[in-house]
Amino acid sequence: MPKVEVQKIYKVFGPAPKQILPLLEKGEDKAGILKRHKHSVGVNNVSFAVEEGEIFVIMGLSGSGKSTLIRCLNRLIEPTGGNILIDGQNITEMSAAELREVRRKKVAMVFQNFALLPHKTVLENVAFGLEIQKAGLEMRRQKAEEMLEIVGLKGYENAKPQELSGGMQQRVGLARALAIEGDILLMDEAFSALDPLIRKDMQNELLSLQQKMKKTIIFITHDLDEALKIGDRIAIMKDGRIVQTGTAEEILQNPADDYVRAFIQDVNRSKIITAAAIMRNAEAIILEKAGIRTAARKMKDLGISSIFVTNKSGVLQGIVTIDRVSSLIKEGKEELESIIDKNIETISLETLIDEIIPLFLNTGYPIAVVDEEKRLKGVVFKSTVLAGIAGEGGENNA
Amino acid sequence: MLNAKLPLGVHVESAIDWMTANFAGFFSVIRKGLLGIIESIDWVLSAIPLFVFIVAVVFLAWWVAGRGTAIFTAVGLLLINNLGLWGKMLLTLSMVSTATLIALVVGLPLGILMAKNGTANKIIRPVLDFMQTMPAFVYLIPAVYFFDLGEVPGTVATIIFAMPPVVRLTNLGIRQVPEDVVEAARAFGSTPAQLLFKVQMPLAVPTIMAGLNQTIMLSLSMVVISAMIGADGLGKTVYEGITQMNIGKGFEGGLAVVILAMLLDRITQCLGSEQKKSGKNFVRNRMERRRAHS
Repeated sequence: MPKVEVQKIYKVFGPAPKQILPLLEKGEDKAGILKRHKHSVGVNNVSFAVEEGEIFVIMGLSGSGKSTLIRCLNRLIEPTGGNILIDGQNITEMSAAELREVRRKKVAMVFQNFALLPHKTVLENVAFGLEIQKAGLEMRRQKAEEMLEIVGLKGYENAKPQELSGGMQQRVGLARALAIEGDILLMDEAFSALDPLIRKDMQNELLSLQQKMKKTIIFITHDLDEALKIGDRIAIMKDGRIVQTGTAEEILQNPADDYVRAFIQDVNRSKIITAAAIMRNAEAIILEKAGIRTAARKMKDLGISSIFVTNKSGVLQGIVTIDRVSSLIKEGKEELESIIDKNIETISLETLIDEIIPLFLNTGYPIAVVDEEKRLKGVVFKSTVLAGIAGEGGENNA
Repeated sequence: MLNAKLPLGVHVESAIDWMTANFAGFFSVIRKGLLGIIESIDWVLSAIPLFVFIVAVVFLAWWVAGRGTAIFTAVGLLLINNLGLWGKMLLTLSMVSTATLIALVVGLPLGILMAKNGTANKIIRPVLDFMQTMPAFVYLIPAVYFFDLGEVPGTVATIIFAMPPVVRLTNLGIRQVPEDVVEAARAFGSTPAQLLFKVQMPLAVPTIMAGLNQTIMLSLSMVVISAMIGADGLGKTVYEGITQMNIGKGFEGGLAVVILAMLLDRITQCLGSEQKKSGKNFVRNRMERRRAHS
């Protein structure tokens, strides 16, 4: 069961939002509804599911409805239609008291502009969620101190939020959200107000915290690099709809439409695309079966100057070149094994293009892509790497 | 037809008559209650020895506002005593305190109601405009009808005249709390009461204090006017000065009012905000320096 499941959520702003829903279901778009019916569509038929421990990023430009959407998840904004299931419980049908209980115990939120309480100290701010739950003073202090230590703000307990830098304030915001020890974190443009270096720090910190905590995080951002960096999966929103959902690589390799394509055109692909996506089918000869003449013929037919050698179960043994095969034939010898160059570079399916490029500096051979059992899965040439960076997909049929 | 005057005044008069006749019991309870509050405050203030009183107020002024205000307070209070107006000043202070207290007790909830409820806001706003802009003397007449002569009708007129700033600024203060902070409080599961008392009210305090300060100032000006309907205090001295064409007496009474006003203004103004030079900070800095040395 997914941790959070969003089913056909709509949010329409205006005097009679319920009456707009049938029109949206018929397929009228945001612009038409605004023009003809004077209602503003915030979220239009959005569905997705987030698994436990996943970081799900919702990305879109301003006005795409992403902030409205995340507020529907804890009903800070009341959705006009649709269901939201958290641990199988339907949030949209809860009474005010039940909803408060979910907000207190399960779903914490981090805000773009921190939203700290200026009249409370850092410690009191972190303990705010627990104060609302009417937890004991001592327990509150203890928990808050623990959280401050986790986010690296030990020693600032008695400072006022406005005495801290933006990055530190957001750490307080994060600590406040962590303090209630819910399973789900909603982060609304949490790092967008920070300057780029601090933002990077916070992203890294969030990722390393996530390694330990395994929260279910729904993260809103307008920054594609941020989305690609921290999202296990990404949903791209436009005009209140989700236009594509997938991993960073899926979106980069197969953008759903021109909007997504325009979005991703400036991305540094070499940091995201893996060998699996760009590699070509590898031609190989099987050591036990093939003799030296088979090798020569195969290279000649394919017009290549070297070929990988595997054993029967596909485990890579090395590479032979046409030059050495020819000279072996001239010498009248037959043992293929004697000329196999075993000293070759191999990479795994998950190796990033960024890490592949330097390998070509040390080798004249194409690079073999192998799985955990050293079985040959594909091959990467210099040209495939360049094509990968340029955004042309690989054959992907290894 | 156009020349026929609407009999508005006549109707108001008959309404007042009707209320006087039918709510006499109610008004008498209010009268007794208010008189009780004014007299007890006056009794307590009068019971404090002059010297102790002055030292306490001077210390308070230093604590919240700083040295300058403290010196002014000392000089001002001694001058009032020297002019022989001490007792009258205490009575005026009692009336101002009573009016302010009641304005707060009624005004704070009204302000909160206005901030939380749009309909209430629409209804109460014009009423506040009416209370503030209707010339203050006009209240005095029905107040006398209902509450007889003396301090009580004066205080009632003062409450009506002085309450609007507390209501308005409580409303404003709550509405000014940043939306994202309110959102955060809700996101962590605050009940409406928790939101109000843990977030909105604390953040509205400086604005509410500004309203309270205005209310005190307005009370003081109205308390003087209420001398016209027989309220005792500094106003009476001023009023006697006017009616007897006694410039000196009028000036002395007026000066005492000014001193009391400035004193109350400085002290209440500083209550809402942190003052750099205040005694509170002086002591705090001293202690920190001592800790740093040891």
